[in-house]
Amino acid sequence: MGEVSLWNLFSGYILVGLFGFGGISASMYYIAVDKRAWITPEEYTAALSLGQVLPGPGLMNTCIIVADKFHGLKGVFLALMGLLLCPILILLALVTVYDHYSQLPEVQHATYAAAAASVGLIFGMGLKLARAIIKSKTAFFFMASAFIAIGIFKWPLFETILALAALSIAVGYLERE
Amino acid sequence: MMDLDLLLSLAHNFAKVSLVSVGGISVMIPEVHRQVVEMNNWISNDQFASAFALSQVAPGPNILLMTLVGWRVAGWAGMLVATAATILPTTVLSVMANRLESQLIHARWYWVTRKSLPPLIVGLIFSSGIVTAKATGLDALGLLIVACVAAHFYLYKSNPLISIMVSIVVGVIAGWLGFL
Repeated sequence: MGEVSLWNLFSGYILVGLFGFGGISASMYYIAVDKRAWITPEEYTAALSLGQVLPGPGLMNTCIIVADKFHGLKGVFLALMGLLLCPILILLALVTVYDHYSQLPEVQHATYAAAAASVGLIFGMGLKLARAIIKSKTAFFFMASAFIAIGIFKWPLFETILALAALSIAVGYLERE
Repeated sequence: MMDLDLLLSLAHNFAKVSLVSVGGISVMIPEVHRQVVEMNNWISNDQFASAFALSQVAPGPNILLMTLVGWRVAGWAGMLVATAATILPTTVLSVMANRLESQLIHARWYWVTRKSLPPLIVGLIFSSGIVTAKATGLDALGLLIVACVAAHFYLYKSNPLISIMVSIVVGVIAGWLGFL
Protein backbone atom coordinates (compact mmCIF):
# COMPACT_ATOMS: atom_id res chain seq x y z
CA MET A 1 0.00 0.00 0.00
CA GLY A 2 1.57 3.27 -1.10
CA GLU A 3 1.00 6.83 -0.02
CA VAL A 4 -2.34 8.51 -0.71
CA SER A 5 -2.62 12.23 -0.01
CA LEU A 6 -5.50 13.61 2.06
CA TRP A 7 -6.80 15.51 -0.95
CA ASN A 8 -6.62 12.39 -3.13
CA LEU A 9 -8.63 10.51 -0.49
CA PHE A 10 -11.22 13.26 0.04
CA SER A 11 -11.78 13.99 -3.66
CA GLY A 12 -11.93 10.25 -4.34
CA TYR A 13 -14.70 9.76 -1.80
CA ILE A 14 -16.62 12.70 -3.25
CA LEU A 15 -16.59 10.85 -6.57
CA VAL A 16 -17.57 7.58 -4.90
CA GLY A 17 -20.64 9.35 -3.51
CA LEU A 18 -21.56 11.14 -6.74
CA PHE A 19 -21.15 8.05 -8.96
CA GLY A 20 -22.91 5.78 -6.50
CA PHE A 21 -26.31 5.15 -8.00
CA GLY A 22 -28.20 2.41 -6.20
CA GLY A 23 -25.55 2.25 -3.48
CA ILE A 24 -21.82 2.82 -3.57
CA SER A 25 -20.49 -0.72 -4.05
CA ALA A 26 -19.65 -0.30 -7.74
CA SER A 27 -18.35 3.27 -7.47
CA MET A 28 -16.13 2.46 -4.47
CA TYR A 29 -14.48 -0.36 -6.38
CA TYR A 30 -14.11 1.84 -9.46
CA ILE A 31 -12.40 4.70 -7.59
CA ALA A 32 -10.40 2.82 -4.95
CA VAL A 33 -9.11 0.01 -7.14
CA ASP A 34 -9.49 0.86 -10.85
CA LYS A 35 -9.17 4.60 -11.10
CA ARG A 36 -7.03 5.81 -8.18
CA ALA A 37 -5.32 2.50 -7.34
CA TRP A 38 -5.35 3.17 -3.60
CA ILE A 39 -5.56 -0.56 -2.92
CA THR A 40 -5.33 -3.86 -4.80
CA PRO A 41 -8.42 -6.00 -5.53
CA GLU A 42 -7.26 -8.39 -2.78
CA GLU A 43 -7.03 -5.58 -0.23
CA TYR A 44 -10.43 -4.36 -1.37
CA THR A 45 -11.98 -7.78 -0.93
CA ALA A 46 -10.53 -8.02 2.58
CA ALA A 47 -11.89 -4.57 3.51
CA LEU A 48 -15.23 -5.47 1.92
CA SER A 49 -15.70 -8.68 3.87
CA LEU A 50 -14.65 -7.04 7.12
CA GLY A 51 -17.05 -4.13 6.46
CA GLN A 52 -19.91 -6.50 5.83
CA VAL A 53 -19.46 -8.60 8.96
CA LEU A 54 -19.80 -5.42 10.97
CA PRO A 55 -23.27 -4.04 11.65
CA GLY A 56 -24.56 -0.94 9.91
CA PRO A 57 -24.11 0.19 6.32
CA GLY A 58 -21.62 -2.39 5.02
CA LEU A 59 -20.12 -0.39 2.17
CA MET A 60 -19.74 2.70 4.35
CA ASN A 61 -17.87 0.50 6.81
CA THR A 62 -15.59 -0.64 4.00
CA CYS A 63 -14.96 2.98 2.95
CA ILE A 64 -14.12 3.86 6.57
CA ILE A 65 -11.77 0.91 6.91
CA VAL A 66 -9.90 1.93 3.74
CA ALA A 67 -9.69 5.56 4.87
CA ASP A 68 -8.41 4.50 8.31
CA LYS A 69 -5.62 2.48 6.69
CA PHE A 70 -4.21 5.62 5.03
CA HIS A 71 -4.91 8.52 7.34
CA GLY A 72 -6.46 7.26 10.58
CA LEU A 73 -9.30 9.25 12.09
CA LYS A 74 -8.56 12.29 9.93
CA GLY A 75 -9.06 10.11 6.86
CA VAL A 76 -12.24 8.62 8.31
CA PHE A 77 -13.70 12.08 8.89
CA LEU A 78 -12.84 13.19 5.34
CA ALA A 79 -14.29 9.95 3.95
CA LEU A 80 -17.61 10.51 5.72
CA MET A 81 -17.80 14.14 4.60
CA GLY A 82 -16.78 13.31 1.03
CA LEU A 83 -19.27 10.46 0.77
CA LEU A 84 -22.22 12.29 2.28
CA LEU A 85 -22.12 16.04 1.61
CA CYS A 86 -22.84 16.16 -2.11
CA PRO A 87 -25.39 13.31 -2.13
CA ILE A 88 -27.30 14.88 0.80
CA LEU A 89 -27.50 18.23 -1.00
CA ILE A 90 -28.65 16.54 -4.22
CA LEU A 91 -31.21 14.54 -2.27
CA LEU A 92 -32.61 17.62 -0.52
CA ALA A 93 -32.86 19.43 -3.87
CA LEU A 94 -34.68 16.41 -5.28
CA VAL A 95 -37.05 16.31 -2.30
CA THR A 96 -37.81 20.02 -2.60
CA VAL A 97 -38.66 19.62 -6.28
CA TYR A 98 -40.67 16.50 -5.47
CA ASP A 99 -42.67 18.23 -2.72
CA HIS A 100 -43.40 21.14 -5.06
CA TYR A 101 -44.71 18.93 -7.87
CA SER A 102 -45.92 15.89 -5.95
CA GLN A 103 -49.53 16.56 -6.92
CA LEU A 104 -48.77 16.10 -10.62
CA PRO A 105 -49.91 12.65 -11.77
CA GLU A 106 -46.69 12.15 -13.75
CA VAL A 107 -44.60 12.74 -10.62
CA GLN A 108 -46.78 10.37 -8.60
CA HIS A 109 -46.54 7.68 -11.25
CA ALA A 110 -42.78 8.14 -11.63
CA THR A 111 -42.27 7.86 -7.85
CA TYR A 112 -44.54 4.85 -7.68
CA ALA A 113 -42.64 3.13 -10.50
CA ALA A 114 -39.25 4.01 -8.94
CA ALA A 115 -40.40 2.54 -5.64
CA ALA A 116 -41.68 -0.60 -7.38
CA ALA A 117 -38.37 -0.96 -9.24
CA SER A 118 -36.46 -0.53 -5.97
CA VAL A 119 -38.57 -3.24 -4.37
CA GLY A 120 -37.75 -5.43 -7.37
CA LEU A 121 -34.03 -4.70 -6.87
CA ILE A 122 -34.29 -5.74 -3.23
CA PHE A 123 -35.91 -9.06 -4.18
CA GLY A 124 -33.41 -9.55 -7.01
CA MET A 125 -30.53 -8.97 -4.60
CA GLY A 126 -32.14 -11.34 -2.08
CA LEU A 127 -32.44 -14.04 -4.76
CA LYS A 128 -28.83 -13.59 -5.87
CA LEU A 129 -27.60 -13.88 -2.29
CA ALA A 130 -29.88 -16.83 -1.58
CA ARG A 131 -28.46 -18.66 -4.59
CA ALA A 132 -24.93 -18.13 -3.25
CA ILE A 133 -25.58 -18.63 0.47
CA ILE A 134 -28.54 -20.90 1.15
CA LYS A 135 -26.96 -24.29 0.59
CA SER A 136 -28.07 -26.28 3.64
CA LYS A 137 -31.28 -26.96 5.57
CA THR A 138 -29.83 -25.03 8.51
CA ALA A 139 -29.17 -22.00 6.32
CA PHE A 140 -32.71 -22.22 4.90
CA PHE A 141 -34.16 -22.49 8.40
CA PHE A 142 -32.42 -19.31 9.57
CA MET A 143 -33.32 -17.40 6.41
CA ALA A 144 -36.98 -18.42 6.77
CA SER A 145 -37.02 -17.62 10.51
CA ALA A 146 -35.64 -14.14 9.98
CA PHE A 147 -38.10 -13.51 7.14
CA ILE A 148 -41.16 -14.71 9.08
CA ALA A 149 -40.21 -12.93 12.32
CA ILE A 150 -39.35 -9.57 10.76
CA GLY A 151 -41.13 -9.49 7.39
CA ILE A 152 -44.42 -11.16 8.39
CA PHE A 153 -44.81 -10.80 12.17
CA LYS A 154 -42.87 -7.53 12.33
CA TRP A 155 -41.19 -8.39 15.59
CA PRO A 156 -38.69 -5.82 16.91
CA LEU A 157 -35.43 -6.20 15.00
CA PHE A 158 -33.00 -5.69 17.88
CA GLU A 159 -34.19 -8.47 20.18
CA THR A 160 -35.14 -10.83 17.36
CA ILE A 161 -31.81 -10.60 15.57
CA LEU A 162 -29.78 -10.89 18.76
CA ALA A 163 -31.68 -14.10 19.59
CA LEU A 164 -31.50 -15.55 16.08
CA ALA A 165 -27.83 -14.62 15.67
CA ALA A 166 -26.95 -16.24 19.00
CA LEU A 167 -28.80 -19.40 17.97
CA SER A 168 -27.24 -19.41 14.52
CA ILE A 169 -23.71 -18.93 15.89
CA ALA A 170 -24.31 -21.68 18.46
CA VAL A 171 -25.42 -24.03 15.68
CA GLY A 172 -22.37 -22.96 13.66
CA TYR A 173 -20.11 -24.00 16.54
CA LEU A 174 -21.87 -27.35 16.99
CA GLU A 175 -21.68 -28.17 13.28
CA ARG A 176 -17.91 -27.69 13.36
CA GLU A 177 -17.38 -30.05 16.29
CA MET B 1 -39.48 23.12 15.50
CA MET B 2 -36.92 21.74 17.91
CA ASP B 3 -38.22 18.95 20.01
CA LEU B 4 -35.40 17.47 22.04
CA ASP B 5 -37.32 14.37 23.09
CA LEU B 6 -38.14 13.62 19.48
CA LEU B 7 -34.50 13.99 18.43
CA LEU B 8 -33.25 11.84 21.30
CA SER B 9 -35.78 9.18 20.49
CA LEU B 10 -34.78 9.30 16.81
CA ALA B 11 -31.08 9.01 17.73
CA HIS B 12 -31.71 6.13 20.12
CA ASN B 13 -33.89 4.19 17.68
CA PHE B 14 -31.65 4.61 14.64
CA ALA B 15 -28.43 3.84 16.51
CA LYS B 16 -30.01 0.68 17.90
CA VAL B 17 -31.27 -0.41 14.49
CA SER B 18 -27.90 0.26 12.88
CA LEU B 19 -25.98 -1.70 15.49
CA VAL B 20 -27.82 -4.96 14.78
CA SER B 21 -28.18 -4.54 11.03
CA VAL B 22 -25.41 -6.71 9.69
CA GLY B 23 -26.14 -6.55 5.97
CA GLY B 24 -26.63 -2.83 5.53
CA ILE B 25 -29.49 -0.44 4.96
CA SER B 26 -31.72 -2.91 3.13
CA VAL B 27 -31.79 -4.92 6.35
CA MET B 28 -32.85 -1.89 8.41
CA ILE B 29 -35.91 -0.94 6.34
CA PRO B 30 -38.55 -3.08 8.13
CA GLU B 31 -37.51 -1.84 11.57
CA VAL B 32 -37.27 1.80 10.48
CA HIS B 33 -40.75 1.52 8.97
CA ARG B 34 -42.06 -0.10 12.14
CA GLN B 35 -40.54 2.64 14.29
CA VAL B 36 -41.32 5.80 12.33
CA VAL B 37 -44.61 4.85 10.69
CA GLU B 38 -46.34 2.18 12.77
CA MET B 39 -45.29 2.84 16.35
CA ASN B 40 -44.63 6.57 16.52
CA ASN B 41 -46.59 7.97 13.58
CA TRP B 42 -43.76 10.39 12.89
CA ILE B 43 -44.37 10.19 9.15
CA SER B 44 -47.10 8.67 6.98
CA ASN B 45 -46.86 5.53 4.92
CA ASP B 46 -46.88 7.64 1.75
CA GLN B 47 -44.01 9.78 3.01
CA PHE B 48 -42.04 6.65 3.83
CA ALA B 49 -42.69 5.17 0.39
CA SER B 50 -41.65 8.37 -1.38
CA ALA B 51 -38.55 8.73 0.84
CA PHE B 52 -37.61 5.19 -0.12
CA ALA B 53 -38.09 5.91 -3.83
CA LEU B 54 -36.24 9.26 -3.75
CA SER B 55 -33.30 7.85 -1.80
CA GLN B 56 -32.94 5.17 -4.44
CA VAL B 57 -32.96 7.65 -7.32
CA ALA B 58 -30.39 10.02 -5.77
CA PRO B 59 -26.69 9.11 -5.96
CA GLY B 60 -24.76 8.24 -2.81
CA PRO B 61 -24.71 5.62 -0.09
CA ASN B 62 -27.98 3.84 0.73
CA ILE B 63 -27.85 5.43 4.16
CA LEU B 64 -29.56 8.43 2.54
CA LEU B 65 -32.87 6.73 3.28
CA MET B 66 -32.22 7.31 6.99
CA THR B 67 -31.11 10.88 6.26
CA LEU B 68 -34.33 11.58 4.40
CA VAL B 69 -36.54 9.94 7.02
CA GLY B 70 -34.83 12.13 9.63
CA TRP B 71 -35.48 15.18 7.46
CA ARG B 72 -39.18 14.28 7.16
CA VAL B 73 -39.48 13.70 10.91
CA ALA B 74 -37.69 16.82 12.20
CA GLY B 75 -36.14 18.97 9.46
CA TRP B 76 -32.43 19.85 9.47
CA ALA B 77 -31.87 18.71 13.06
CA GLY B 78 -33.66 15.43 12.38
CA MET B 79 -31.58 14.90 9.28
CA LEU B 80 -28.30 15.38 11.12
CA VAL B 81 -29.35 13.28 14.08
CA ALA B 82 -30.67 10.41 11.93
CA THR B 83 -27.55 10.34 9.77
CA ALA B 84 -25.11 10.56 12.67
CA ALA B 85 -26.99 7.97 14.75
CA THR B 86 -26.89 5.50 11.86
CA ILE B 87 -23.25 6.03 10.95
CA LEU B 88 -21.24 6.93 14.04
CA PRO B 89 -21.59 3.76 16.13
CA THR B 90 -20.58 1.56 13.23
CA THR B 91 -17.80 3.98 12.25
CA VAL B 92 -16.25 3.42 15.66
CA LEU B 93 -16.66 -0.35 15.26
CA SER B 94 -15.13 -0.24 11.77
CA VAL B 95 -12.05 1.65 12.92
CA MET B 96 -11.61 -0.73 15.86
CA ALA B 97 -12.08 -3.77 13.65
CA ASN B 98 -9.59 -2.45 11.12
CA ARG B 99 -6.97 -1.98 13.81
CA LEU B 100 -7.63 -5.38 15.38
CA GLU B 101 -8.04 -7.27 12.13
CA SER B 102 -4.76 -9.16 12.35
CA GLN B 103 -5.98 -10.62 15.64
CA LEU B 104 -9.56 -11.13 14.49
CA ILE B 105 -8.69 -13.40 11.58
CA HIS B 106 -7.16 -15.92 13.97
CA ALA B 107 -10.19 -16.00 16.27
CA ARG B 108 -12.54 -18.90 15.81
CA TRP B 109 -15.66 -16.95 16.81
CA TYR B 110 -14.92 -14.49 14.01
CA TRP B 111 -15.09 -17.19 11.34
CA VAL B 112 -18.09 -18.92 12.88
CA THR B 113 -19.90 -15.57 13.00
CA ARG B 114 -18.96 -14.80 9.42
CA LYS B 115 -20.41 -18.11 8.30
CA SER B 116 -23.49 -18.06 10.51
CA LEU B 117 -24.98 -14.63 9.82
CA PRO B 118 -25.48 -14.53 6.02
CA PRO B 119 -28.66 -16.69 5.99
CA LEU B 120 -30.26 -14.26 8.47
CA ILE B 121 -29.27 -11.38 6.22
CA VAL B 122 -30.97 -12.98 3.24
CA GLY B 123 -34.15 -13.43 5.31
CA LEU B 124 -34.00 -9.78 6.34
CA ILE B 125 -33.53 -8.61 2.76
CA PHE B 126 -36.69 -10.47 1.72
CA SER B 127 -38.40 -8.86 4.73
CA SER B 128 -37.39 -5.46 3.39
CA GLY B 129 -38.88 -6.38 0.02
CA ILE B 130 -42.23 -7.23 1.63
CA VAL B 131 -42.30 -4.16 3.88
CA THR B 132 -41.43 -1.70 1.11
CA ALA B 133 -43.89 -3.38 -1.26
CA LYS B 134 -46.68 -2.96 1.31
CA ALA B 135 -45.65 0.64 2.13
CA THR B 136 -45.78 1.51 -1.56
CA GLY B 137 -49.23 -0.08 -1.92
CA LEU B 138 -48.45 -1.92 -5.15
CA ASP B 139 -51.20 -2.80 -7.62
CA ALA B 140 -50.98 -5.24 -10.56
CA LEU B 141 -48.73 -3.00 -12.69
CA GLY B 142 -46.47 -2.31 -9.70
CA LEU B 143 -46.15 -6.04 -9.01
CA LEU B 144 -45.31 -6.60 -12.66
CA ILE B 145 -42.50 -4.02 -12.41
CA VAL B 146 -41.26 -5.70 -9.22
CA ALA B 147 -41.22 -9.11 -10.91
CA CYS B 148 -39.48 -7.87 -14.08
CA VAL B 149 -36.82 -5.87 -12.23
CA ALA B 150 -36.18 -8.69 -9.74
CA ALA B 151 -35.84 -11.28 -12.53
CA HIS B 152 -33.60 -8.98 -14.57
CA PHE B 153 -31.36 -8.17 -11.62
CA TYR B 154 -31.19 -11.83 -10.61
CA LEU B 155 -30.27 -13.06 -14.08
CA TYR B 156 -27.98 -10.32 -15.35
CA LYS B 157 -25.22 -8.08 -14.01
CA SER B 158 -26.75 -4.70 -14.58
CA ASN B 159 -26.68 -1.20 -13.20
CA PRO B 160 -29.64 -0.79 -10.81
CA LEU B 161 -30.19 2.79 -11.93
CA ILE B 162 -31.03 1.63 -15.46
CA SER B 163 -33.80 -0.61 -14.09
CA ILE B 164 -35.17 2.29 -12.06
CA MET B 165 -35.06 4.70 -15.02
CA VAL B 166 -36.77 2.25 -17.40
CA SER B 167 -39.45 1.61 -14.75
CA ILE B 168 -40.04 5.34 -14.31
CA VAL B 169 -40.59 5.73 -18.07
CA VAL B 170 -42.96 2.74 -18.03
CA GLY B 171 -44.81 4.21 -15.02
CA VAL B 172 -45.29 7.64 -16.61
CA ILE B 173 -46.44 6.16 -19.93
CA ALA B 174 -48.79 3.75 -18.13
CA GLY B 175 -50.19 6.77 -16.30
CA TRP B 176 -50.88 8.63 -19.55
CA LEU B 177 -52.57 5.55 -20.96
CA GLY B 178 -54.74 5.29 -17.84
CA PHE B 179 -53.28 2.10 -16.37
CA LEU B 180 -52.28 3.72 -13.07
